[in-house]
Amino acid sequence: MRVGIPRSLLYYKYLPFWKTFLTRLGAEVETSPLTNKKILSRGVEVAENELCVPVKAFYGHCMALRDNGVDAIFVPRVVSVEERAYTCPKFLGLPDMIGAVAGPLGLPPLLTPRLNQREKPREFKWQLIDFARRQFGRSKLDAVAALESARLAQRSYQAGLVGGKKPLDLLPNSRFNVPRSRPPAEQRKRIGLLGHPYNIYDGYITQNLVARLEEMGAELVLPEMTEHHELMQAATDVPKQLYWSYEKEIMGAINLWTENKAVDGVVYVLAFACGPDSMIQVLIEHRARIHDVPLMSLIIDEHSGEAGLITRIEAFLDMLMRKKKTAAA
Amino acid sequence: MGNLHFMLDDLFGRLGVDYIRPPASSTRTLQIGAQHSPEFACLPLKINIGNFIEAMEAGADTLIMAGGHGPCRFGYYGIVEERILRDLGYDFKFMMLEPFNDGAWAFYKTFEALSPGLSIRKLWKMLKVSFSKARAFDRLYKRALQLRAYEVNLGDTSRTLRQAEEILSRPRTPEEIEAAAAEAMTVIEAVEQDPGREVMRVGIVGEFYLLLEPFSNFGLEETLGHMDVYLERSVWVTDWIAPNRDNIIYGYPKKDIEKKAEPFLDQNVGGEGRETIGSIVMFAERGFDGIIQLLPFGCMPENIATSIIPRVQQEHDIPVLTLAFDEQTGRAGVITRVEAFLDLLAARRRSKAGALRA
Ligand code: SF4
Ligand code: SF4
Repeated sequence: MRVGIPRSLLYYKYLPFWKTFLTRLGAEVETSPLTNKKILSRGVEVAENELCVPVKAFYGHCMALRDNGVDAIFVPRVVSVEERAYTCPKFLGLPDMIGAVAGPLGLPPLLTPRLNQREKPREFKWQLIDFARRQFGRSKLDAVAALESARLAQRSYQAGLVGGKKPLDLLPNSRFNVPRSRPPAEQRKRIGLLGHPYNIYDGYITQNLVARLEEMGAELVLPEMTEHHELMQAATDVPKQLYWSYEKEIMGAINLWTENKAVDGVVYVLAFACGPDSMIQVLIEHRARIHDVPLMSLIIDEHSGEAGLITRIEAFLDMLMRKKKTAAA
Repeated sequence: MGNLHFMLDDLFGRLGVDYIRPPASSTRTLQIGAQHSPEFACLPLKINIGNFIEAMEAGADTLIMAGGHGPCRFGYYGIVEERILRDLGYDFKFMMLEPFNDGAWAFYKTFEALSPGLSIRKLWKMLKVSFSKARAFDRLYKRALQLRAYEVNLGDTSRTLRQAEEILSRPRTPEEIEAAAAEAMTVIEAVEQDPGREVMRVGIVGEFYLLLEPFSNFGLEETLGHMDVYLERSVWVTDWIAPNRDNIIYGYPKKDIEKKAEPFLDQNVGGEGRETIGSIVMFAERGFDGIIQLLPFGCMPENIATSIIPRVQQEHDIPVLTLAFDEQTGRAGVITRVEAFLDLLAARRRSKAGALRA
C-alpha cells in the first residue's frame, strides 16, 4: 500500500516518527512535493476562506498526493500530545474537514488514527497498536516493534535539532533554507525565530524566510535547539498554564531567551487568523518589551509574498545593527 | 451579555456584592475593544475588552472573568484581557472563575473572596435559585422566538417581552420565581397572534456569544421574527451550564446532538463546533426550511464546522447561510444576505409544492 503524507502542518514535527512507523508496518510512504504555487492555490480554492494558511496548504497537499496516485492519505487526528493539554482545535477537526471534501475531490481513503493522551500518558502506544491492527492487520508484537523504531527515528531527529540542525536540514528533499552567502560570524546578530515550524519552514509561503534571514546576517536561535523538557518548564512562567502544547513551546522559548539574554532580537512568525497565537501574542510581545528585546511579529497568509516580507525583516535587522552600534559607542 | 446579566444581577444581589453591570454594548464598546485587541482575536474578546473598559469608567475596581481549559481560546481570554488592560495603564483587581468541575474548592473560594463569610451551603443554594431564574428567562426567550413570526401587530412580542423580563427580574424566593415565571409566560402567550399565517422555519446555530448577545448580531433574531420567520436556536445559557439535563431548553441533551454530529464530525473541537453540525442535522430531520449559522470571524470551531457543512447539506438537503461577524461587519450587508436567503427558501418551498402537485 502506498501511503501519502502531506508535507504541511505536523509533518515538520513528526515526519521521522510517522514515516518509520508506517514503513515498518509495511506501507510504502510517499510525501507530497514542497509547497508550490499550484498546491497553495488549489488549497486556497477548496478550503474555507477564514482558515489559516498552513491548513489551506494542507488541502492542496492532499490533492497533490491524489494526483500522484497514492492508495491512502495519512491524516492523523492529533488531539493531545500530553496530559491536560490539547493541540490546536484545527488539528482536532482536520480528518473531518478533509473527509468532507474527500468525495467531491476524489481523494483516496484517509488513515486517521486518533492520538490523544490528554487523560493518560502513554496512551499513544495503545492507540497506535490498535491502528496497526485495524488498518494493516498487524499483530501487537509487530506494532510494538514498529513503534520502537519510530521512537528511535524521532529521538535522533530531535537530538539533531538540539544539536543545532534546522528541521529542513534533516527532513528529506528540502531545497529551501540554504543561504547563498553569509556575513562573517562577528557581524551576525542572534535572532530568535519563533513560531510554528510549519509556518516558518514552508519556504514557499514565507518566501524562503530562513535562508534570507541568514543571508542578512542572522545567527538563528530556534526553540528546537532547547531540550523539550526545558522549554516546557520555562513555559510555566505565565499567569495561568497554557493548554495548547505547541503554544507552550513558543512561550517557553521566549521566556528562556529573554531571561538568558540569548538573543539580540526576535522574529515571531504567525499565520493570519491563527487562534492560539492571537492569544499568546499579547503575552509574548509584553515579555519582549519588559526585557527590552526588540521583537517583530510577522503575519503570513497566502498573499505573504506580495506583502514584502523580506523588506520588513531587512528593516528590522538594520534597526538591530544600529542599536548594537549605539550600545557599543 | 444577552440575558446572562439578569442572572448575574440576581446572583450578585444575593451575594451582597456591589456589582456594576457594564453599560450595554454599543458601537463605542466594540470600537475601543477592537482598537486595543490583537487584530485576529475573536469578536467576543474584543467586545469584552470594551465592556471592561466601560465598566471601569463607570467605577468598577474588580474585574471577574470566566475561565476554562480549552481546546478553544475562551479559557485563556481572561489572562490576555488582564494583560491588555494593565498595559493600557488600568489599575484593578482581577479574578478568574474557573469551572466548577475543575475544583470545587477553588470555585467556592472565588465567591468567598467576593462575599466574605459565605458558606458553601449558602453559595450552592444561591446558585441554584439564580439558575432556576435564568432558566425561566431562557424559556421565555425561546417562546418569543417562536411567537414573533405570528404576531398580528408588528413589534408586539418584543414590547411584551420587555414587560415579561421586568416581571421575572424582581422575585427573590424560589416560590416567587415560580409564580413570576408562570405570569411572564402568560403575558407573552397573550400577544395577539395569527395562527394561520404561513411562516418560514429556520434553525439558528453557531457560536455561543454571537447567538446570545443580540448586539453582536444586529438583533438578527428579532429582525427575522418580524419577517415572519419562526426560529429555534441550538444554544442557550442554561443548557451550556448544565448540558445533559432532561428538560434542556433547546430540546435535546448534548449527548444526542453529538450522536447526530458523529458521522460528520467525530470530535469535540471546542466552542460549539460539534453542536453546530449536530443541530443542523436535527433541524433538517425535523423539516426546517433552512439554517443560519452565526460566528465571529475566524472562530476556529465554527470554521471547522463551516468546512464540513457542504457534506452535511449534501446528505440532508438543507440550505445553510453562514454569517461571520467582526468589527467591520455592517448591518445592511447582513440584512441583504438574509433577505436573499429567505427568497431562496421560499422558492424551494414553491418548487417542492409544485413537485408534489405534478
Ligand atoms: S495553531 Fe494556528 S496556524 Fe496552527 S493550525 Fe492552529 S490556527 Fe492554524
Ligand atoms: S469558540 Fe470561537 S469565539 Fe469562542 S473562543 Fe473559540 S474561536 Fe473564539
